[in-house]
Amino acid sequence: MSTFAFLGTLEIGFIYGLVAIGVYLTFRVLDFPDLTVDGSFTLGAAVTATLIVLGFNAYLATLAGALAAACAGLVTAWLNLRFNILHLLASILTMTALYTINLRVMGKPNVALIMEPTVLTPFESLGIPNMYLKVLFVAACSIIVGLIVAWFLNTQYGLAMRAVGANTRMAQANGIVVKEKVYVGLALSNGLVGLAGALFAQTNGFADSTMGIGTIVVGLAAVIIGQSMFSSRSMVVIVLSCIIGSLLYRVAVSLALNADFLGFTASDLNLITAVLVGLALIFPQLRNEWKAKRAKGAQQ
Amino acid sequence: MKLHAVLKTMLLSASLAVSSLHAEPVYVVSTAIVEHPALDAVRDGIKTYLEEHGYAGDKMRFTYESAQGQPAIAAQIARKLVGEQPDVIVAIATPSAQAAVSASQDIPVVFSVVTDPVGAKVVPSLNQPGSNVTGLSDMVNVKQHLALMKEFLPELKRIGIPFNPGEANSVAIVEAMKAAAAEMGIEVIESAAPKSSDVMIAAKQLVGKAEAIYCSTDNTIISAFESVVKVGIDAQIPVFAADTASVERGAVAAVGYDYADLGHQTGELVLRVLQGEKPGDIDVKMAEGTNLFINSKMAQRMGVTIPQSVQQRANKIY
Repeated sequence: MSTFAFLGTLEIGFIYGLVAIGVYLTFRVLDFPDLTVDGSFTLGAAVTATLIVLGFNAYLATLAGALAAACAGLVTAWLNLRFNILHLLASILTMTALYTINLRVMGKPNVALIMEPTVLTPFESLGIPNMYLKVLFVAACSIIVGLIVAWFLNTQYGLAMRAVGANTRMAQANGIVVKEKVYVGLALSNGLVGLAGALFAQTNGFADSTMGIGTIVVGLAAVIIGQSMFSSRSMVVIVLSCIIGSLLYRVAVSLALNADFLGFTASDLNLITAVLVGLALIFPQLRNEWKAKRAKGAQQ
Repeated sequence: MKLHAVLKTMLLSASLAVSSLHAEPVYVVSTAIVEHPALDAVRDGIKTYLEEHGYAGDKMRFTYESAQGQPAIAAQIARKLVGEQPDVIVAIATPSAQAAVSASQDIPVVFSVVTDPVGAKVVPSLNQPGSNVTGLSDMVNVKQHLALMKEFLPELKRIGIPFNPGEANSVAIVEAMKAAAAEMGIEVIESAAPKSSDVMIAAKQLVGKAEAIYCSTDNTIISAFESVVKVGIDAQIPVFAADTASVERGAVAAVGYDYADLGHQTGELVLRVLQGEKPGDIDVKMAEGTNLFINSKMAQRMGVTIPQSVQQRANKIY
């Protein structure tokens, strides 16, 4: 892999690290499988790109993109909590609606940002080559955001949120307002995903109505890969392992792209990626089984 | 310092001499957002053209990556391709072109079949784009398509267009069609099909509202084209297409590009870049070539007669 390709892999990995943290919040912390992200990733990108093209400041536009996506999360939470629609179904409804909303926001299926000012523009005068600058910027974004989320999950409020996901009844019995935690959790999660969409659009030069497809799968893969590599109770380690999982997922995709020598063709990419991610998932379990066997052998 | 510079020059000239002796193969990398027959025909057309113009066999290394419909993968592929320092990057269809242009600072990019390259910001202008990018636009000639439909149905007042509102290329064509049709006093009735499984219903929606159905080069519609044809037969509404490949699949007629031919036209641009021209000095090429294909069996089944004039100038009759 060339340096340039490797940096690109890292860049996209860090951006999807934010998605992974968002998916971790809903899927693991709140135990709320949320497919809204397939739509909110695009919503973040669509709002940001449209505002930038209209001449708004890129930072304001990015913030607006993240907030819009957070609102999408609130809608899913509302459908689930207010009307008792199954969480999975509620999120599918929001995701479906978002497809149309995204087209409405952009007014067309694709908004180009090449040559427009972005969040990177203020740093371009520093003289760092663009390919390094992009990676440094998104790495800083995702690590800082990750640390803030880890800190948040360790506050009294965050602990209450974790309690809701771990045992809803117990949490309720301890006087935690469960609904409020779900609203906040889904807004935060989708806000992070929207932020990722906004950054992706700006570093890659376009927002496209199809860009969110498969976001949930990528996010889940990152969370699971990351957590299968590090087992820890520290929130900081857990949240950062989501980012590392995302980076490893992108490396897997890169390897799949370079698999030509094994006789694979361009159309085999999805299968190769699935197998590589699958291996990453299976390996820790096999390792544990071997360890257990060995320990047993040693005892006898 | 001076010695260092001298050594460097010597090494450089030595390596240049070596490379001219061995005639390094040129390296052309290509990528497309998805794989389907039309885009594949473009890619193969480019390769064939280059092979026929002096880059056959071991004179050229040609690779291809597909983004499987995912823009994030397209972005990653673009980085990979730029990192390989090829002589030219060929990017097929809008999202792949945008990803390649955004990743490449100075490696030449030649895009193909991007309907609206200026709107997609792949180039700042069609003439002398000035950047490291040039390519081929496949904006379809909607006026020509309208005229063909009018030849079949002189009384034509309403055309139905099933299309996916999520596809940039397709939306651009529908807009162009609306403008052109309005001038001729023809109304355009849109029918949205966001997924290929919605195409049948979208086509049915047009029954009773339109006298002809027009399918543009929309990837979603084309992938479920047979369901439009079926509606056309059942409801006796002739189905026209924007691409000639669809005529064999059941369109009554189409006047348009042959995608392999668009590949050759893109290949011409790639060749000029390989021969040392700066992409920024090469105007964006508007796709050329009008093949007229007709399907007489389908015309009969959809209840229209093929006018003598069309029959005479058809390039191919199924």
